[in-house]
Amino acid sequence: MRIVNLLKIAYRSLSKNKLRVLLTMLGIIIGVASVIAMLAIGEGSKQNIQASVSSLGTNSVMIYPGSSNMGGVRMGAGSHSTLTIKDVEAITAKCEYVTDVSPVVQRSSQIIAGNQNWHTNVIGAYGQYFSIRNLTISSGVGYSTTDEKVAAKVCIIGLTVSTNLFGAGTDPVGKYIRINSIPFKVIGLLDKKGQNTFGQDQDDIIIAPFNTVQKRMLSTIYLNSILASAKSEKDIDKAKEQITSIIRTEHRLTPATEDDFTVRSQADIANIFGSISNIMTILLASIAGISLIVGGIGIMNIMLVSVTERTREIGIRMAVGAKGRDVLIQFMIESVFISILGGLIGIVLGILISVLVGRFGGWPVVITPTSILLSFLFSSAVGIFFGWYPARKAAALNPIDALRYE
Amino acid sequence: MEASRSLISVKDLSRTYKMGEIEFYALRGVSLEIQKGDFAAVMGPSGSGKSTFMNLLGCLDHPTGGSYFLDGVDVLKLSKNQLAELRNQKIGFIFQSFNILARTSAIENVELPMLYNNKLNTKERKEKAMAALKSVGLADRADHLPSQLSGGQQQRVAIARSLVNDPVVIMADEPTGNLDTRSSYEIMDIFQQLNEKGITIIMVTHETDIAQFARTNILFRDGQIVSNVPVTERKFAKEELPKLPEINPREVLT
Repeated sequence: MRIVNLLKIAYRSLSKNKLRVLLTMLGIIIGVASVIAMLAIGEGSKQNIQASVSSLGTNSVMIYPGSSNMGGVRMGAGSHSTLTIKDVEAITAKCEYVTDVSPVVQRSSQIIAGNQNWHTNVIGAYGQYFSIRNLTISSGVGYSTTDEKVAAKVCIIGLTVSTNLFGAGTDPVGKYIRINSIPFKVIGLLDKKGQNTFGQDQDDIIIAPFNTVQKRMLSTIYLNSILASAKSEKDIDKAKEQITSIIRTEHRLTPATEDDFTVRSQADIANIFGSISNIMTILLASIAGISLIVGGIGIMNIMLVSVTERTREIGIRMAVGAKGRDVLIQFMIESVFISILGGLIGIVLGILISVLVGRFGGWPVVITPTSILLSFLFSSAVGIFFGWYPARKAAALNPIDALRYE
Repeated sequence: MEASRSLISVKDLSRTYKMGEIEFYALRGVSLEIQKGDFAAVMGPSGSGKSTFMNLLGCLDHPTGGSYFLDGVDVLKLSKNQLAELRNQKIGFIFQSFNILARTSAIENVELPMLYNNKLNTKERKEKAMAALKSVGLADRADHLPSQLSGGQQQRVAIARSLVNDPVVIMADEPTGNLDTRSSYEIMDIFQQLNEKGITIIMVTHETDIAQFARTNILFRDGQIVSNVPVTERKFAKEELPKLPEINPREVLT
């Protein structure tokens, strides 16, 4: 009952200063809205990175050639070709934690079809490559083991390549393209995958049998990388260990020598990018949080002005029987009301901004209930924290001094 | 204790203000008894301590020394919160500058004291505030804002506000100081009617004609009471109001 009366009093005095209340609220609104929008953008890009990393195959393990060490001069990772098809065979034969293994060679080449040409990456790999990388064929077929054995001049192309060479909507299956003047028959079209998080077009790709690319195009024995997939997610670490020891044996490395290759799992990459985007999210959210604190200082500022300006009113209230506590609660209600309403409007605005950014900016956004709850609680806390001092000041006034105040 | 017989019993009340190193004695040992149903006018020149005395009686300020019993309660022993309750329950205030809340309708102003206690619900509160406004003749102005009311009307809102909690005493600090004669007499009329109903009124004024509407006159000088006498030729607002010259707007303009 009593608190109802105080609510009524606070409501009456707030409704007499609508513009001021709104302007004060603006600080909180902007703060909360930006916290929510920033967290949504951060969370969205995190999930997007995770999704695109795992679209490369969650269980996949990659082996890259490592740094060379020639007379003590060490070059960077991948500077030296150390992996050969023998390593692939060894892994296939000895590693029990992997299901599929494929060598990968690649070269960027000029592609010609009819009067069109295009420049893209040509990848040579086994048929297992498709299952390791979760690639699916939308039209046509994948290549057979026979194609692999005889180094058949067949290839599977991505949508971007197909569009650029044959025009949009045309089925490229059965047509011929020339890669470095070697004619290849297109036997399949990959499903569209779109861009990955790093901005790479995953459809700008040509995949051909490993032997074809290695022998007919590159004439090299070294591999760009080896791709394997672990049996399950929990086997990834064991698979990595086993692959390392297999290749070390294969390369005849003494225990003192460091690896001349690198084994990485998709999970490692996901973690790296996950932590990067976490840092980004924290950074963005803390900047937004600062604006929330600034909004809180705005509340304190206005409440202090309000207390000074309404000193006489406080005196009148005290003369007719308001206790210090009543005045304290009245001013606290006012500041908490401002921050809570500001918080609510901020939440709506934040969601709106996130949705707009998602729609028109093309950024991935994910609004989590946690971020809404967090920013709401934070804004309420700001209201209580910054409202306390002015309210205390008002409550501590002496009735006679307050009444005499000019 | 003799305090129980008088409504207000004050002994050796003093109040000192410290202004830097100088001590200023606003009240020097004032003793006074005011009985229930009295209508006392406190008079005196500026700086004589009459307003300080009123603030002490109204429990808005603390004395430096002495004792003060209001309606049998030892006021000086009360805490800040208890004082607030006392002001709410037993005292009605009327000020020279009206002190009603700006941008707040008349009826909301009158409701104010009732919002600080738990006795009434919203409906009863509205009714009581309306009744108080009616008793000061402002029933038709309930929703007007102070800026839409004349000085006399604002003061009448303040009187209605002072009445709503059924106080034992009304303290008025120069209630007519900002008003013209006619409005002043109208206020006095209300005061006399309230006094007839048994409400004790203590009023500070420096206008001798206003003081004559009271039952007793208390004269202050230099922080002390110099005289406390019943009014001999008491005036009654009912009789005085018709005697006031009619103001003809045309005459004022020419």
